[in-house]
Amino acid sequence: MYEQFKARAEGVGAEVYRFKDRDGALGFILPFLHEEGGADAPRSCAVWAESPFLEGLDREPLREVAGIRFEVSRETAADARIGITQAEWALADTGSLVQDQTAVEQRLASSLTDIHIALVPTGNILPDKSALLSRINPKTSRYIAFITGPSRTADIERVLTIGVHGPERLVIVCVDDMGGAAR
Amino acid sequence: MKKEFRESIGQAVGNATLTGALGKFSEAYKVNRAKAYEGIDFEALRDTIAERKSHAAANLELLADTFAKNAEALGAKVFRTNDPEKVKEYILKVAQDNGVKSVVKSKSMATEEIHLNAFLEKAGIAVGETDLGEWIIQLAGQKPSHMVMPAIHMTKEEVADLFSKEVDERLENDIPRLVKVARRELRAKFLAADMGISGANIAVAETGSLVLVTNEGNARLVTTLPRVHVALVGIEKLVERFDDIVPILTALPRSATAQLLTSYVSIISGPTPTTDGPLKELHIILMDNRRSEMAGDPKFKQALQCIRCGSCLNVCPIFRLVGGHVFGSIYTGGIGTILTAWFEELHNSEDIQGLCIQCGNCKEICPGKLDIPEMIMEIRRRLVMEKGQPLAQKAIFGIVNNRSLFHGMLRAASIAGKPFNSGGFIRHLPLFLSDLTDGRSLPAIAAKPFRDRFPAIQQPADCRETAVFFAGCLIDFAYPEMGEALVKILNKAGIRVLFPEAQTCCGAPARYSGAYEVAAGNAVDNIKALLVEGANYVVSACPTCTVALAHEFGDTLESLGQREWLARAKELAEKTVDFSTLAKRLVDAGRLTLKEGRQLGALTYHDSCHLKRTLRAVEPPRELLRGAGYEIKEMFECDMCCGMGGSYSLKLPELSAPILRRKLHNIKETGAPVVAMDCPGCVMQIKGGFDQDRADVKVKHTVELLAEQLES
Ligand code: SF4
Repeated sequence: MYEQFKARAEGVGAEVYRFKDRDGALGFILPFLHEEGGADAPRSCAVWAESPFLEGLDREPLREVAGIRFEVSRETAADARIGITQAEWALADTGSLVQDQTAVEQRLASSLTDIHIALVPTGNILPDKSALLSRINPKTSRYIAFITGPSRTADIERVLTIGVHGPERLVIVCVDDMGGAAR
Repeated sequence: MKKEFRESIGQAVGNATLTGALGKFSEAYKVNRAKAYEGIDFEALRDTIAERKSHAAANLELLADTFAKNAEALGAKVFRTNDPEKVKEYILKVAQDNGVKSVVKSKSMATEEIHLNAFLEKAGIAVGETDLGEWIIQLAGQKPSHMVMPAIHMTKEEVADLFSKEVDERLENDIPRLVKVARRELRAKFLAADMGISGANIAVAETGSLVLVTNEGNARLVTTLPRVHVALVGIEKLVERFDDIVPILTALPRSATAQLLTSYVSIISGPTPTTDGPLKELHIILMDNRRSEMAGDPKFKQALQCIRCGSCLNVCPIFRLVGGHVFGSIYTGGIGTILTAWFEELHNSEDIQGLCIQCGNCKEICPGKLDIPEMIMEIRRRLVMEKGQPLAQKAIFGIVNNRSLFHGMLRAASIAGKPFNSGGFIRHLPLFLSDLTDGRSLPAIAAKPFRDRFPAIQQPADCRETAVFFAGCLIDFAYPEMGEALVKILNKAGIRVLFPEAQTCCGAPARYSGAYEVAAGNAVDNIKALLVEGANYVVSACPTCTVALAHEFGDTLESLGQREWLARAKELAEKTVDFSTLAKRLVDAGRLTLKEGRQLGALTYHDSCHLKRTLRAVEPPRELLRGAGYEIKEMFECDMCCGMGGSYSLKLPELSAPILRRKLHNIKETGAPVVAMDCPGCVMQIKGGFDQDRADVKVKHTVELLAEQLES
């Protein structure tokens, strides 16, 4: 399932990585933030929305990354180059992420930034939309977001261009053992 | 047809950028769409969509109530109205109550439908479109030209000019740079806006949810950043259950842009948290604007199955020549013609309905399973009922409805008319009769029609079956040799051919012009003539005629309430078969043998619209021709209309001609010296085209090519 998901997601321009556990993922994310964040004022490097991944994690080493913020607001998100959120599900047939974004922080961090890093438990990759439907409930999840690749347009002369109103890069980090509270 | 309308067609066809962009896109679309649907059973999928959406359309009242109840339980405010004016007042009131100064919008055709922008702007509220294409259109002060790609008619140079003016800085024609500029400009508007207005692609009654599908991510910002969210939803977007979204989300992106899924799908159920503390204020307006009335109309209720993917535009040979602006309204193309007739007024569709050439491409590809050509025909019928037939047409159909007069005139035409010469454009019978009144050149009419030649044909005495041959005006009076070839072939298979003299025009020209009374008269005359005791088949070598006999007589009679002939119409329909399908069956049964081991060289085959899409005979003619010894070299877009379309080539030559040119080009590209087809109308059009083009390509009906290759 992971292989299909990866192929489809890369097919629409996402970048997909897989790690065994949180440490492995952090070992990827921290250098990424250093490299891409470019904490040069006035833009901050990143906003990281609360998620099971962060629960119980020692955030001190993270704070060493200049300009990282865990408080996500319109202002901080609009200001940040990178947004990090966690998606509950992924769909193998279309390479999509599916996330309960009822909390506004999730939406802001994933829609206003230039680069969206999405964490997802590898075990939650489902075959398709039909398999997903029994697992999500719109009555309790008020804003369900499917995210498939980066933002795109072809409105000028049908030329595909990446990154319009949403992120221009979608970096998907699959983590086999997510730790934190199970969902 | 109004003069300005004619002019707008001329301009569009002359606009190389427009036709170039649309043409290129429609070619790429075909390939990409097929790829996107790989591994998916499209027929099963569209059956599901049609079933769920038609179920919803039949229960709109209940679904709207359920939706309102469920959305309100979550905290949304739901407003329902039939009246576009009330929609605008309601939105303005919400804006004023909330001190709204600026609005950002994410694509909503329904707001275009009611001209909301102008209304809000007059009240002093700034409205910004946020979909890149829509924003371009807004800056240009134009209307969208395509449902999914609103600015497809503009070049990057034009966009660069527009943007340069907007940001007061000279920008280059570099598309990624232009997109960056739009991102920057619109970002500020998003962050400043007090209210977001969106549409919805789906509204789920069971859960009170709205589903929004975008690629750019603007809908996410419109529904997230401003304090107030207003969603304007046409009630045809309602579905009953949450899982109804699966088939729609499977088909919509694949059909619209050949994507497996759009970048973003948002499912919003009730007001959501904002950064400013309280929950967002969410207003959902369910707009009717004649949709329920449409749902109650037996001919048009299927229009509510539309999921607005726009693929009907992408495959329309007319749309790709002229683009959306010629169609002149908010919704364009075939489906747009239908929606215009309803959401505006029937007479607003008067000119644009004439653009439809009835090729059926859109019907084939539509994921909602809409029969757009049929509905457009119904619009024609209603226009004729409302306003009467134009006088010239009335005169012609008066003639067509009187067989002896009609045939008498055809004979007269052959005497009066000079032989067909290369300068003139060829025309479909019987509408060429209008040329008599116009003083234009006449098409080639055979010196001796088939009906006069038939009695002289010697048929074998020992035939075990009989077939009634329906010649149709074209074979009877212009191409009698095709009729002779057909008799020869059927005789070989042990079938005796009967030709009842009382047969007359199949009624298609009248029907396609909306003159159903005339078509019904033709139907009854033919039913009487063709149902010969003991005959095994009724066969025709013209697909348009075959479709009339096999599919349309009953429908025409029924629509006029003439039920007394229905049983016999059905009997006729069951016996009717097109030539190639019958011949293929006879070959398979070993009753007809073609000469063995022949190497006749390359040939390309043109699929006639009615044969392929209504009669579904794609393989039989190909297999017959292969069996005869031809090697088939398929042409690009082999099933694309040749531009004949009955009287279309006469009424809209400026559109018919470029369609034909493209067809001729595709035929020549194969390098085959022969092009075969199964429709005498297409033969007329394509032969005439090559006559002007002076290319050395033989144009033949399958029946003629086969007759040459019979085992004696
Ligand atoms: S009519 Fe069919 S093809 Fe056209 S937009 Fe609607 S669903 Fe798509």
